Amino acid sequence: MQRFILSKRNHIAAVSAVLIIIGFASELIFSYHPVALWALAIASVLGVFPIAIQAYQALKVKVISIDVLVTIAVIGAFLLQNFEESAIVTFLFLFGAYLEQRTLHRTRSAIRELTEMAPDRALKKMGNGSFEEVAIESVSVGDLLLVKTGAKVPVDGKVVYGSGYVNEASITGEAVPVGKQGKSPIFAGTIVENGTLTMIAERVGEDTTFGKIIELVEEAQDAKSEAERFIDSFSKYYTPAVLVFAALVWVFSQDVELAITMLVLGCPGALVIGVPVSHVAGIGNGARLGVLLKGSEVIHDFSKVDTMIFDKTGTLTMGKPVVSDVQVYTKNQEVLGYLASVEIESDHPLAQAIVTYLGKQQAYAVEHTQVVPGKGIAATVAGHRVVIGNRSLIHQEKILLPLQIQEDMDRYEQQGDSLVLTAVDGEVAILMGIRDQLRPGVKNDLLMLKRLGVKHMILLSGDHQGTVDHVGRELGLTETHGHMLPQDKADYIRKLQKQNRIVAFVGDGVNDSPSIALAQVGIAMGGGTDVAIETSDVVLMQSDFGRLPHALGLAQATARNMRQNIGIAVGVVLVLLFSLFFSDWMSMSVGMLVHEASILVVILNGMRLLRYRVREI
Amino acid sequence: MKKATIYLEALTCPSCMQKIEGATKSLSGVDKESVKVLFNASKVKLIFDENQIDVADIERAITSMGYEVKKSQVTES
Repeated sequence: MQRFILSKRNHIAAVSAVLIIIGFASELIFSYHPVALWALAIASVLGVFPIAIQAYQALKVKVISIDVLVTIAVIGAFLLQNFEESAIVTFLFLFGAYLEQRTLHRTRSAIRELTEMAPDRALKKMGNGSFEEVAIESVSVGDLLLVKTGAKVPVDGKVVYGSGYVNEASITGEAVPVGKQGKSPIFAGTIVENGTLTMIAERVGEDTTFGKIIELVEEAQDAKSEAERFIDSFSKYYTPAVLVFAALVWVFSQDVELAITMLVLGCPGALVIGVPVSHVAGIGNGARLGVLLKGSEVIHDFSKVDTMIFDKTGTLTMGKPVVSDVQVYTKNQEVLGYLASVEIESDHPLAQAIVTYLGKQQAYAVEHTQVVPGKGIAATVAGHRVVIGNRSLIHQEKILLPLQIQEDMDRYEQQGDSLVLTAVDGEVAILMGIRDQLRPGVKNDLLMLKRLGVKHMILLSGDHQGTVDHVGRELGLTETHGHMLPQDKADYIRKLQKQNRIVAFVGDGVNDSPSIALAQVGIAMGGGTDVAIETSDVVLMQSDFGRLPHALGLAQATARNMRQNIGIAVGVVLVLLFSLFFSDWMSMSVGMLVHEASILVVILNGMRLLRYRVREI
Repeated sequence: MKKATIYLEALTCPSCMQKIEGATKSLSGVDKESVKVLFNASKVKLIFDENQIDVADIERAITSMGYEVKKSQVTES
């Protein structure tokens, strides 16, 4: 019965609206009092039912909720035979709840879209060898699953049979399909674009990569900040306090009407919902645009950041060295082939960059290969002695460096290049400058951060000071420090925090996780390691540095939105109480109308955040 | 001990949280510290002792407060 009435809340609101209109119409047009009286009385009784049931349930678990205040007020008005008031208050309360439900639904839409991408069915291999469609919950680790073209991969696992192309955009943000065959790892929530795969389940449910992303987002939207916890405990005591206060007013003024009006005016409606609403809309906006903000505490801190520290490799740069400058000092074309033949055997990152740069070359037999750690490599190729390495290896081999080559080397080094010299039979033949490329658009992103109020932008890197300085000059950073170990970076952050700076650290690797954890706001590049993502406060989900300005702008807008909503809510209660005592137009139904309106105003204000975009330069 | 995630119809008022929290915490066999009501996600997460209480009993406690339970998921804690 109770549940039946509660489930019909919205219908009850509609019926009482009709009754109220009949009541007022008959009073105004026909001045026929009894009909008006009956219509409004019925509307009140009908409307108070669902509210009273909720109030009763709350009292059963010792909670004095808003429903309790409203129920007492309505019953009071009814006993005073003020049916207009009781009917309008119950209607507004029910209708307000309906609108809240509708608008909250919109506010939560962004995150719901994300969770709805989670697969819910799978084709599982049964005991008899055939594949049957089952609910995702009944898939366990070790099960064999079939994924057909167009279907979502249900859980994390490995391909055991078949091959195909998988769109992994939901995990990596990269929309280019990735080829998968035997033993390739595949992830829940990704989509098979063509081919049919048989896979073995390795991680299921919340343990899958996609499940973890959803869990992080969900926990983030419900993780409470200091301010919200305060409001929570405040409303726990506030509502009973209003009840006590109204009782005191009644006792001292003997004015029942004033007392029950107090109950309605004192409702904390907008205050309780205002902050969570900005919060969920802000986090929802981020989740849709590849920025995960973990909770409102983070939003608060992030919005006040004045110092940002960046890791270099993999954060400001692509993390992949590329040959950027080449000078050849010989006419002998075979030298390129010698170089390629030696380097192709090495897995050093610089060697790989050279192999990629040279492309297909004539292959020669390589003998007597000798690796000199930290310097380079020497070998005999087609009878020639080939030395490939940095300046110090050339010195060690007592090879002469003509003035022109030395000048080229100095110039390359100033540009931030690492040098690789190739000498054949004691003569330098090729000079290559290899450099990690800046991420495209990074300069513009930093300008936007600066405009959003970040005063200090600092680069900390384990790389050589020269390379680091070069990147710093090119990007217009305020400070650059090279030769930094993870420990040094952490110490540096502590030093800044002692100067009362609010520090954000942006990094990607395991080596950055101490700094990510230490900074007030730790920002992880999402393609990075699980450790970095879990210790961080903000995740740029698609490893996209370009999301950072949006993340900062969003945090600032969300913090601003929360302050506005608190202001609106507190202001409304103050104005209402003030006008109750110092004006004569205030009544229970006006109070309820203003309350419900203010609740809608804070929700709508929160919803603006869903559309927030950072201003591009 | 088992871990339950209970999916509810969309929660709309923050006082619902207090009510559901109160209703589940008062059940014996439910680890009080573990009860987490996620308002925006409309979920309840808690740890319970399967020897003392069944997940259906927890669901009943919530439905009797007037909140519909969509489904529950129980995993080893």
